[in-house]
Amino acid sequence: MIFSRRETLALGLGAAALGVLPFRVNAATEDAIAEFAGGADVGEGGVTLIAPEIAENGNTVPIEVDAPGATEVMVLAAGNPLPGVATFEFGPLAGSHHASTRIRLAGTQDVIAVAKMADGSVVQTSALVKVTIGGCGG
Amino acid sequence: MADNVKPRVRAPRSTAAGETHTLKTLISHPMESGQRKDSDGNTIPRSIIHRFTCEFDGETVIDVTMEPAISTNPYFEFEAKLPGAGEFVFTWYDDDGSVYTETATVEAA
Repeated sequence: MIFSRRETLALGLGAAALGVLPFRVNAATEDAIAEFAGGADVGEGGVTLIAPEIAENGNTVPIEVDAPGATEVMVLAAGNPLPGVATFEFGPLAGSHHASTRIRLAGTQDVIAVAKMADGSVVQTSALVKVTIGGCGG
Repeated sequence: MADNVKPRVRAPRSTAAGETHTLKTLISHPMESGQRKDSDGNTIPRSIIHRFTCEFDGETVIDVTMEPAISTNPYFEFEAKLPGAGEFVFTWYDDDGSVYTETATVEAA
């Protein structure tokens, strides 16, 4: 099969579009946020997500969430094959609504933290993490 | 059953009432995500720890639901405000039904 110049260009563009698309906020992520919020409007502020700007190794990316007054914090990675990462539920003895862990990221993408406050309101924040080597095997 | 699962916990030895302490936990576990393929192209089935809880004398400090995106050897750092002496119970729930527990006793300062 011989490609003309035009076909080759079209193929290249198509491949570029495919490469970019999975790292957009996808439907699964939006569904997960909507389900977590349970019908409440998702606002801004009140939740902090600390993640590195550049992660060399996508297999272990350190993240921290901090949401004073939150009962639950959900972390999502919009560009992973499965967007869910973890949900932290804080009990009565939690000293602060702060937790840190290490996560896997398949590639450069937005990491999203959604917090459910004690009064029922829901807030979210996101941080873009650039990943040099993805962490989902293959 | 994942091999050589070993929980490790850093908890305070003693506390005063109302004091806040940072806790660190680590458990050795491969956290197979279910996304990887072996050399023959077959998907390696998911095998992760899906839940971690920390309780102090029966009261919850933190309860974490974990997805495959948590790294190998899951590590958590969080804070607990202790009412006094007591015992921490840390529990990890594996996909295969195994439950790993670790305890740490805290004395009054």
